[in-house]
Amino acid sequence: MSKTKLIVATTSLAGCFGCHMSLLDIDERILELVEVVEFNRSPIDDFKEFTKECDLGLVEGGCCNAENVRVLREFREHCKILVAVGQCAITGGLPAMRNGISMKELLEEAYFNGVTVGNKMIPNDEEIPAILDRVYPCHEIVKIDAFLPGCAPRADLIWEVLNRIIEGKSLDNLTYKNFKYD
Amino acid sequence: MEQNPSLDSQVRQKVVQLTKFYQQDKTQLLAMLREIQSEFRMIPGPAIDYLAEELDIPRIQVEGTASFYHFFSSKNRGRYTVYMNTSATSEMAGAAAVMLAFEKAAGIKFGQTSENQQIGLFTTSCIGMCDQEPAALINDFVFTHLTPARVEEIVKVIKENGSLQSLIKSGEGKNSSALVSAEVKNNIRFKGPVFFTDYAPGEALKVAMESGSLEVIEAIRKSGLRGRGGAGFPTGQKWGSCRATDAESRYVICNVDEGEPGTFKDRVLLTERPELIFEGMIIAGYAIEAKQGIVYLRSEYSYLKKYLEQVLEGLRSQNLLGRRILKSRFSFDIQIKLGAGAYICGEESALIESAEGKRGQPRNRPPFPVVSGYLHQPTIVNNPETFGCAAKIILKGSDWFKKMGTSASSGVKLLSISGDCEKPGIYEVQWGHTVREILGFCGATEVLAVQVGGPSGNFLSEKEFDRKICYSDLSTGGAFTIFSKKRDLFSIIHNHMEFFTKETCGFCVPCRAGNTLLLKQLEKVMIGNGTALDLKKIEELGLLVKKASRCGLGQSSPNPLLTSLKNFPEIYQRVVRQDVDYMSQFNMEFATSDSAKVANRKPNLEIGD
Ligand SMILES: Cc1cc2nc3c(=O)[nH]c(=O)nc-3n(C[C@H](O)[C@H](O)[C@H](O)COP(=O)(O)O)c2cc1C
Ligand code: SF4
Ligand code: FES
Repeated sequence: MSKTKLIVATTSLAGCFGCHMSLLDIDERILELVEVVEFNRSPIDDFKEFTKECDLGLVEGGCCNAENVRVLREFREHCKILVAVGQCAITGGLPAMRNGISMKELLEEAYFNGVTVGNKMIPNDEEIPAILDRVYPCHEIVKIDAFLPGCAPRADLIWEVLNRIIEGKSLDNLTYKNFKYD
Repeated sequence: MEQNPSLDSQVRQKVVQLTKFYQQDKTQLLAMLREIQSEFRMIPGPAIDYLAEELDIPRIQVEGTASFYHFFSSKNRGRYTVYMNTSATSEMAGAAAVMLAFEKAAGIKFGQTSENQQIGLFTTSCIGMCDQEPAALINDFVFTHLTPARVEEIVKVIKENGSLQSLIKSGEGKNSSALVSAEVKNNIRFKGPVFFTDYAPGEALKVAMESGSLEVIEAIRKSGLRGRGGAGFPTGQKWGSCRATDAESRYVICNVDEGEPGTFKDRVLLTERPELIFEGMIIAGYAIEAKQGIVYLRSEYSYLKKYLEQVLEGLRSQNLLGRRILKSRFSFDIQIKLGAGAYICGEESALIESAEGKRGQPRNRPPFPVVSGYLHQPTIVNNPETFGCAAKIILKGSDWFKKMGTSASSGVKLLSISGDCEKPGIYEVQWGHTVREILGFCGATEVLAVQVGGPSGNFLSEKEFDRKICYSDLSTGGAFTIFSKKRDLFSIIHNHMEFFTKETCGFCVPCRAGNTLLLKQLEKVMIGNGTALDLKKIEELGLLVKKASRCGLGQSSPNPLLTSLKNFPEIYQRVVRQDVDYMSQFNMEFATSDSAKVANRKPNLEIGD
């Protein structure tokens, strides 16, 4: 009997792809993954757009520019359950270290004063997504249904979440050892 | 950074003079920084280098201390520095109009110093004058019952470099004595058998020294006395375990930090009954075999310091303090150490750190101060009211004390009553009165809410006014703040959450970040962008902050939110959106306007679609 597969979308916003790496770090379970999950919009299968409604969206990274916001909103629209994966998605994380520094100072550091800067100008092509005043955690932009802590969250935690959703269980009270770090 | 050479040499000279005067004693770092701040109206950068050099401690330790306290500043705060009290009761009494008057008269905003550095306007969260607001400190002078008209007068004198003393109205009781001369009222409304009756210094001490130190501890234990600072720890047990330690020296510390907005009874005790408090400390010193006592006096009460020193001198001259007390072999002396503005320094281990000249950051406990306290020696820390009760217990007996109050809460409690009532002030009452009875005593009508125990305590609604003030029900350090039906509870809750975000010592994440997140979430709800989900998040985060914080500050800081959510759900229900289950406050146009301006482009809000 063929089970219906869980349709999953994933994206990396202002993240480092570390959380995606963690998802791939499930060792031999990756074979099992193929059996139970069908990826839709995701860098894993390189789908750039949603082609169907998804059961689950995994979001890595917070929002640092307008494009991130657009993608995140799209994920909310097309995913029944939306999960913030990792510290950057939950709090803004490392990129949020710029929060509190003025935009002028930031852009000048990056495009004028940096030691490796050659052609000194602040890029202003309208194709480039506009930078936001600060890095926003995902839950300040859209409703987030669950948060997976860690930088990056353990493969076991992501695996547990996938399985719980497949089995129709709640995401409350995830196994402590899967997100205990020390 | 370029330094003015003459300033640099002045700073150097001052530091050398101070460190010499204090004999290179590192524990006096706060006192030295206070003098530097007072002379230069700031802590100049080089002062930190010179202090580190002269005291032979790491620069970072000096800088850590200098940057921790509200009344130290790395920027000039003006020859006259105004610290306007912005507690909830001050706001209720009209602080906003007073602040506006200050800004108008001085021509600057709060948070600024005038260009000629004559006047600086700043705010502070509690100066212990909740029964006579709006109040402000100006160069350590207390100004109470401020009005816009009076502010004009004050600023005029400041601009002419005049004397603040000349502006001070005469105060009540000892406040009008020459050494205090503060325009402060005592407002003692109920006098009881323990504090505000006839009292002759030395009698209790004589009884104590005739009976013996272990007997003193036993008498305190039998009386059922528990700490009056808020936590209610049994005093006899505290003294007993300190005495049981094996140590060369032990210390007695009197905690006069009194930083909980809404408490001011320690101020009145120290003004009117300092001998009784000091006598309690001497008795404690005798009981635990200590030789030194420290009064940690909050900076806001520094106007009492000279007077208190004279009282100590008086006790010395009567042979009740100092060497060979009452001609015995018991020697004990008391010194006063001033804080520099930090609520957390009321927490006993933070207080000890501060008294040692460091940042006021709580220590890990255990070990508790009774085992390892001041300079890592066994130390008892008690509230002044506790010391006062102890002295009276020794004089009049445990049974006399135990007969008052309730079975589990013996004796009396000093309440600091403020807010919307006819007679704010100090009430000495037996434990066990209901909230409703106390509202009757002070003439409060049309009451919406009562906060028992200050911001870290409980917001009570009418339904709970039959609860009792006692350790087993409403335990309190004595703050009793009344809010009438004309008040907007949200602005009070907001004020209190803001208080905690400013007063967290910053050591642990749940308290440092959690309180700020709670404040932001509250603001979201207050402006009508909240949903049921936001209320749930506030509750979850509040409980987390309480559970995961390291000391009592973080463990109680979410209380204004949590207790109002529980007791006043209707005010929240009135403002949250019922039509949606989630609201974002994100605004693309606002969020991209800054970067678009800097890059000189249009943000193109539709990108990619
Ligand atoms: C944040 C915080 C502030 C405190 N402030 C005071 C204070 O101002 N005065 C005080 O006596 N106790 C204060 N305490 C309680 C003290 O830590 C300590 O329990 C008390 O001084 C012990 O004295 P007692 O047993 O006589 O009450 C505070 C505690 C915390 C956690
Ligand atoms: S709970 Fe707050 S005040 Fe206490 S140690 Fe932690 S950060 Fe400091
Ligand atoms: S990218 Fe995953 S936590 Fe930073």
